[in-house]
Amino acid sequence: MMDTFAALAHGMAVAIQPMNLLYALIGVFLGTAVGVLPGIGPALTVALLLPVTYKLDPGGSLIMFAGIYYGGMYGGSTTAILINTPGESASMATALEGNKMAKAGRGGPALATSAIGSFVAGTIATIGLAFLAPWLVDFAVRFGPEDYFALMCVAFVTVSATFGDSPVRGLTSLFIGLTLGLVGIDKLTGQARLAFGVPELLDGVEVTTLAVGLFAVGEALYVASRRHHTEEKLEPVRGSLWMTKEDWKRSWKPWLRGTMFGFPIGALPAGGAEIPTFLSYSTEKRLTKHPEEFGKGAIEGVAGPEAANNASAAGTLVPLLTLGLPTSATAAMMLAGFQQYGLNPGPLLFAERPDLVWGLIASLFIANVMLLVLNLPLVGLWVRLLAIPQPWLYAGILVFATMGTIAAKPSVVELSMLAGFGVLGFLMRRFDFPIAPVVVGLILGPIAESQLRRALAISLGDPMTLLQSPISATLLGVALIALLAPFVLKGLGRFKANED
Amino acid sequence: MSSGDPAQPRRVDRAGIIIAALLAALAAVLVWDARGLQSAAMYGMGPEAMPVVIASGLALLAIGNFIDALRGNLPARESTDPVPVFLILVGLALLIAIIGFGGGFILATSALFVTTSAAFGRRAVLVDSVIALVMSTLIYLAFDRLLTLSLPAGPLERLL
Repeated sequence: MMDTFAALAHGMAVAIQPMNLLYALIGVFLGTAVGVLPGIGPALTVALLLPVTYKLDPGGSLIMFAGIYYGGMYGGSTTAILINTPGESASMATALEGNKMAKAGRGGPALATSAIGSFVAGTIATIGLAFLAPWLVDFAVRFGPEDYFALMCVAFVTVSATFGDSPVRGLTSLFIGLTLGLVGIDKLTGQARLAFGVPELLDGVEVTTLAVGLFAVGEALYVASRRHHTEEKLEPVRGSLWMTKEDWKRSWKPWLRGTMFGFPIGALPAGGAEIPTFLSYSTEKRLTKHPEEFGKGAIEGVAGPEAANNASAAGTLVPLLTLGLPTSATAAMMLAGFQQYGLNPGPLLFAERPDLVWGLIASLFIANVMLLVLNLPLVGLWVRLLAIPQPWLYAGILVFATMGTIAAKPSVVELSMLAGFGVLGFLMRRFDFPIAPVVVGLILGPIAESQLRRALAISLGDPMTLLQSPISATLLGVALIALLAPFVLKGLGRFKANED
Repeated sequence: MSSGDPAQPRRVDRAGIIIAALLAALAAVLVWDARGLQSAAMYGMGPEAMPVVIASGLALLAIGNFIDALRGNLPARESTDPVPVFLILVGLALLIAIIGFGGGFILATSALFVTTSAAFGRRAVLVDSVIALVMSTLIYLAFDRLLTLSLPAGPLERLL
């Protein structure tokens, strides 16, 4: 307990150095500016801005990342409220009531309750992260390679199968990602896999190339292909920005309840903010004293899901920092950011670079405060960004997206891969395959393989080692249940439907 | 492969069949590639084990997707307009070609900007070209001078 306070104070001392404050400010600003653009969620925001941080020192750039991460979340909710195009599924619940509020001329209070709610939830959840992380690190130190492998199996299953619409399609996405993870030189034996004699493929598939291709290029192709379907309408922010006393009274409980949903679910290796946001939405709908307003713009329906969204974002940092386990596309991009500097999050990083980890956690608090102070007064600026005509907006997004790849590896092969992943992203959107499992598969696949091979090398090739460790056996059991549950439940559902 | 029972109540989804076939083909490629690897590990698994495991998974998923397609279980799709998609792909191809032949960052990204903008319905190609050139020049200067990231230089960049 006291250790956490001391570590946090130390981190705060790192984070409030003037240069680091500046990095946090730049990150928050860039994150909000990019996140507010329609169709760009936090994961893509981080992916697009990854090359910008390439030349900074690790400490500064991780602090900038924290700002980009939280800024992207804030920006996303602004878009959801004002034009009803949530950049990612986590903002869908916010868009439900928030856009109705904006249509009814209450856009200001909707933005305010989401900003303040995000601040409250983000702060509470970051405190949770600070206290939960050391405890988990103590636990994770005892993990052997077989336990890590089992843990990753849990993450694979929960991210792709358990919580999606269709386990078959989610697992298909995951296996595409795992296949891409195989490409390149095998680290243990130096043999090339799936490189087909192309030298650029020996280094493997770059995570940023995949993410930017799937998210940015894929999204642009998809939106272009169905442009004739929808006309986006930007709601102007009319009236007061400030919340009335009544608004405050109706908001604070949903904020806290949303945090209680978001943080634990985000911290479990279950991934995704959709579940906590929709849980929060339905809870607020049930508890509200103004049920007649739901569906027409109830402030509780913005305050709760927004808080849940931010709390779960901080929650996903728990497995990411303590176990190196990304459970959402955004967390996967954060992990790519760490790997850019050869850093591997996990218990070892807490022991070896406490300044870095605690500096990052402390700067999350600072980023949160900055966002609260910056966002409400600057909302007019963000709204103007939303008014960029669609052709220029997507043309600019594509230029920015390809720029990252051009800056990192200006080769024809790399750019062709970017375009190819763009087509893949387009097809996956069209046929309703989830995208996040591909990114998680690419990042975690190689790590899972090397942990499994290490475990088997230690046990002299005896696969029973996976079941002899109690941690590993338990986790593999959880993974198996999580894998089979949706199929069994679906079967039960069909059975019931036949009975009726 | 039987292409669906006529007694099935729902229609067979042809796109779903193609997806299943592609997954099966990918699994075959994995196995073919893994056969060329030598197992150098004394104990445990060599580099060829994981590709085979993943290929088995892909093969199972190909079957799963095939069944979904036969049952017509795929979600409904909206009609799409192929022209804008084609335009953006042309833009990406131009970008790759210009970078590949040393045309430089500014020309390459400008080409992408103009084609994408046209794909989203703009017809003012000249105006967009000017905007694109100015914007990409500014980006080039910002990255090259301020962030000291090197972007590929072509004839235009050498003039700056």
